[in-house]
Amino acid sequence: MKSKTDSLEQPPRHLFPVVESFLADSALLALFAVRFVRTVFQPPYEFREFLKQSYLIGNKSLALVGITGFIIGLVLTIQSRPTLAQFGAESWLPAMVAVSIVREIGPIITAVICAGKVGSGIGAELSSMRVTEQIDAMQVSGTDPFKYIVITRVLAAVLMIPVLTIFSDAFALYGSYLGVNLRGDVSFTLFFSQALTKLTFMDVFPAFIKTFFFGFAIGLIGCYKGYNANTGTEGVGRAANSAVVAASLAVFILDMIAVQITSIFM
Amino acid sequence: MTSATSRSSEHLEQPMRQPVAHQPNVIEIQHLKKAFGTHEVLKDISLEVAQGETLAVLGRSGVGKSVLIKCIVALLEPDNGTILLFGKDTSKVSTKELAAMRRRIGFLFQGGALYDSMSVRDNLAFPLRSLQEKPSPEEQDDLINTALRDVGLSEAIGKMPSELSGGMRKRVGLARTLIQKPEIMLYDEPTTGLDPITSREISGLLLGVQERYKTSSIIITHDIECANIAADRIALMNDGYVVAGGTYEELERSDDEWVGSFFAWHADRTGAPAEAQTKESTR
Repeated sequence: MKSKTDSLEQPPRHLFPVVESFLADSALLALFAVRFVRTVFQPPYEFREFLKQSYLIGNKSLALVGITGFIIGLVLTIQSRPTLAQFGAESWLPAMVAVSIVREIGPIITAVICAGKVGSGIGAELSSMRVTEQIDAMQVSGTDPFKYIVITRVLAAVLMIPVLTIFSDAFALYGSYLGVNLRGDVSFTLFFSQALTKLTFMDVFPAFIKTFFFGFAIGLIGCYKGYNANTGTEGVGRAANSAVVAASLAVFILDMIAVQITSIFM
Repeated sequence: MTSATSRSSEHLEQPMRQPVAHQPNVIEIQHLKKAFGTHEVLKDISLEVAQGETLAVLGRSGVGKSVLIKCIVALLEPDNGTILLFGKDTSKVSTKELAAMRRRIGFLFQGGALYDSMSVRDNLAFPLRSLQEKPSPEEQDDLINTALRDVGLSEAIGKMPSELSGGMRKRVGLARTLIQKPEIMLYDEPTTGLDPITSREISGLLLGVQERYKTSSIIITHDIECANIAADRIALMNDGYVVAGGTYEELERSDDEWVGSFFAWHADRTGAPAEAQTKESTR
């Protein structure tokens, strides 16, 4: 029987299995990202597949992103009005909502929705292709599956998340406009002139730039989880699920970093 | 009775197997080893396939047959040993050379591995995009139609993979590999999961493909009847080694207890030796 001293001298190898697994997964994801960067500029370019994926990502998420943005804008306006009214600053409602939406709420809500919809979709699709040997078949036929599947989907996500964010912001502002008019009478022109004139370059530009990084994280993590899925139907479910969790977490971490960097310049 | 082979002959001629004259080897495997963690799957495999020859690798499920052909096309990296394709060591060629080498090889996956999001037509057109000399749209249509006709599925051109049965998926998978005019064909369990009649049809089809396209082939299977119909030579795998090799007739007469039990099991299961059944079905 081992004494207590012996066990202290020789700690179990897997003392923190969750931490160990997280670090190993992060390292492999980093290697996957390096492979992406090394491959993305090498021909052949799968332009048609990139357009197809852009269309699928944009088209499939537009309605969800638009409705969510509209509701968020409406609710934010209704919730904020009493507080602003207490300070006699009700006329600042359009500007406050616009700044909140453009700077933070629009990008983060769009990214989280896309992490769920696009990230899980890519994870499930690629893991299913892995399980049914479609990726192997592509490789054997002389087509690089990394270029055809991964590069196109990641680039499509990088392009489409900012576009979807613009749509989401627009719908949110329209929802806010309706929210303002529930208890008042503000014209469309007046609302948008009040909302948009208060927005500065530093409100719009950093928020827009970070959406490209959100898109990259969502596309890359979805592809990584699907491309490296374990065989078997269990692997498909696990890949889709872990893609959502990891992509959502990555979006919040990137947002935190973006805020810190932006605050340096403000 | 409509036999498998006679039905298939509507699409491809069913030749009698002819002995392969001495030809250079297109596949040479020497002392191949592959393990997954601590589990050694391939312990020491040495095989060769001559030009125009069809070798069936038989063995029980989980013995590492599929791992073997995935190592051949470098989908899996061997731990040890050498694989020579067309005289070149696959571990020493560049990525570009490997891609070019793979274009000379057709691989029929167990489930067909058709691309779910593409129609049958697009599935067949997909390998053509990686050819150095891309065919014109008319030539492409011609190649697709010919490949589908060769496997007897001309009517499936507009269908999606989800609309096809297991046997049809394998035929389309075969057509997709044939469109590249491969010099080597690798079949991973071509008859697994199919009913006996469709299995015989597929086995006959493999023989027809070999004759028409002059391919050298490896068939991974545990279906003795398929091996008897389509292969010139059989290698029996067990416990990570090739334990016996020869023609069907030689192995059937083998004194080796394990080899004998493998063939006896098939005879017990089907009620007659595979050779007798095959002859019956081709009559």
